[in-house]
Amino acid sequence: MEEIKFSKEELERYSRHLIIPEFNIAGQKKLKGARVLVVGTGGLGAPLLLYLTAAGVGTIGIVDFDVVENSNLQRQVLFTTADVGRPKVEAAKERLSALNPFVKFELFNLHLNSSNAMDIISKFDVVADGTDNFPTRYLVNDACVLLDKVNVFASIFRFEGQASVFNYQFENGSRGPNYRDLFPTPPPPGLVPSCAEGGVLGVLPGIMGSMQANEVIKVITGVGEPLAGKLFQFDAAEFKTRIFKLTLDPENPLTGENPTQKELIDYEFFCNAQTHSISKEENGVVKEITVNQLNDWITKGKKFQLIDVREPYEFDIVNLGGTLIPKNQILEHIDDLNADNDIVILCRSGKRSHDVVKLLDHQTHLKNIYNLKGGILAWAKEIDTSLPQY
Amino acid sequence: MITIFIPTPLRRFASEQTKVSLRAKTVAEAVQSLTSIHPALKPYLYDEFDAIRKHVRLYLGEEDVREKQGIETTLKEGDELSIIPAIAGGKN
Repeated sequence: MEEIKFSKEELERYSRHLIIPEFNIAGQKKLKGARVLVVGTGGLGAPLLLYLTAAGVGTIGIVDFDVVENSNLQRQVLFTTADVGRPKVEAAKERLSALNPFVKFELFNLHLNSSNAMDIISKFDVVADGTDNFPTRYLVNDACVLLDKVNVFASIFRFEGQASVFNYQFENGSRGPNYRDLFPTPPPPGLVPSCAEGGVLGVLPGIMGSMQANEVIKVITGVGEPLAGKLFQFDAAEFKTRIFKLTLDPENPLTGENPTQKELIDYEFFCNAQTHSISKEENGVVKEITVNQLNDWITKGKKFQLIDVREPYEFDIVNLGGTLIPKNQILEHIDDLNADNDIVILCRSGKRSHDVVKLLDHQTHLKNIYNLKGGILAWAKEIDTSLPQY
Repeated sequence: MITIFIPTPLRRFASEQTKVSLRAKTVAEAVQSLTSIHPALKPYLYDEFDAIRKHVRLYLGEEDVREKQGIETTLKEGDELSIIPAIAGGKN
């Protein structure tokens, strides 16, 4: 490997690292020589990228397929109001290059999946997983295990944070636990509400992503003891932190006693398959109307009942004047539904209302129940753009 | 009495309690007792075969009960049980 050198400007920039005895110029050289892949530029990716760039990691890969949205800005401190609508990787590179021109960036404006993950991840030394969904969590984990890469992990939900360093190589050559040792399978879809339905405290990914950046730097430099074989849990509501011991699962399909998985799999299927044992009809067809049809009904003065199955605090943000009956109370309010009229059920994105329509189809004799496809979000996008998309 | 810590994502199914103290001889008994006090937790902790869901880990102190006798692990006065569910953030 060619010798790593620093310019006068770099020595000045990194001087607060260089004067830490345990870190010094040797640690800084390791950072400059390192290639880190940050998957996701969201709430976790923002502090991760800012701190890794500021710290002087030599090459940072950035993966994201999304564009910046207004609702990102409450926690994704990498972006400004002017970035709304721009591809996230482009906006990120611009911001980060301004922060530290000595860092090289490799952009992947794409959806990480089973056909590109091995190729992309193989080009990097360490991966930091700041994604927001279970299929990508398992994809990143499995690719890191198959390619022998360390996976620095953090995850958030509302007030809950988790962090760990997966697949860490200890001095004796053994590999530490990975994500599948902790959670062999994801929860069935629909059991846990997503952040979009459940919310996330804006500063929480800032805290957890900063911890992730700290672990990435420790893994690269060898300074301190990484969070390998341990799970850090943070309850931001009560300010409680706990550390649990992680152990290897003999049944892990990648690294257990009888490994059965030698390559990446279809992660959308893997994560959706968990639901089939619960309800074979989960993806059943229900009657739907589009927001344009609903608008038509309203314009023509058609008689129908509009039921909003979101939570009261969501109803307060924006509503279409429907009757509020939260999803989990719908069966108690069957008598409020008028069997003589058409009934339209709506929620934020159309998912919860879909479940409610299916439930009513199965458990009541009501006939003309329709799901509002795309929910109030679709209405705010297509019919009344003055309404907020939350 | 033993204490079960409820993680933040599940508190809405446990009347917003951060922890529940109860009497139980084993981990299985503790979780059963918890779900009888807060029935809304049941679908989040048990699968359709009444087994603890695979995306939920139970820790006795710092140790995964999987490394002990699983849900048959015996409990003693003052033990602390933590429920750790998988969370992914953002989208499902």
